[in-house]
Amino acid sequence: MLLMYLKVFLVGGLICFLGQLLIIKTNLTSARILVLFVCIGAVVEAFGLYEPIVNFAGAGATVPITGFGRSLAKGAIEAVKEKGILGVLTGGITATSGGITAAVIFAYIFALIFSSKTKKY
Amino acid sequence: MNSVERNKKYNQYVESKKPNTKNFPTLIYAYLVGGFICMIGQGIQDLLMKIFPAMTLEVASAWMLIILIFIASFLTGIGLYDRIGEFAGGGSIVPITGFSNSITSSAMEFKKEGIIFGLCVKMFSVAGPVIVNGLAISVVVGLIYLFL
Repeated sequence: MLLMYLKVFLVGGLICFLGQLLIIKTNLTSARILVLFVCIGAVVEAFGLYEPIVNFAGAGATVPITGFGRSLAKGAIEAVKEKGILGVLTGGITATSGGITAAVIFAYIFALIFSSKTKKY
Repeated sequence: MNSVERNKKYNQYVESKKPNTKNFPTLIYAYLVGGFICMIGQGIQDLLMKIFPAMTLEVASAWMLIILIFIASFLTGIGLYDRIGEFAGGGSIVPITGFSNSITSSAMEFKKEGIIFGLCVKMFSVAGPVIVNGLAISVVVGLIYLFL
């Protein structure tokens, strides 16, 4: 139990560490980092290598944005097996629809309620 | 003051006002904060599966991500998430909470330009590229599996 949380921390932290390393070394903006990590996650999943990481580290692999890429690729692969060519177009967004809709709706609600304060820096 | 001198002064001013996410210690903070967010996620997931024993791992994982997205969106709303981002850098950007933060903070920032053309358009200024490229790569992966 405790060992599982240690694994979650180590793997999840490592992925974030790599992201920060990229920010420092290459001056990439956060949008590019997110795009890059989503693509890496999808490619790793396509080769079947992301599932072992998820089995090993649980949320440490699904919470970082690479897990979003994994869901996209996984959804596409499963939908192609089930529905053939239509699955190419429906798979990715079906698997991630919950996360995308939640992020958009919560952002809509909270942006209507709160206004951004003037930043101190 | 000529323009070269003025530009130099302005660049110095910008450097001095930039959030400090370029130093070595931020690597450690990124590791700690990122790992901690993932541990919170694992905690939510385990708790969900304990409360609802019938829940499969996949469903619990999906709910966990939605709950994290909600928390991050709320923390962005009250202005706390950006404070974490000031010292954690990648630790607050790379987890799914950073994706949620990018949408909510853009939406809040451009609310003053109107609900439709400000909030609704600009909320995708960071998430848009992520969704577009993510969908593109999912189509590529799907096509490759179709012809294999």
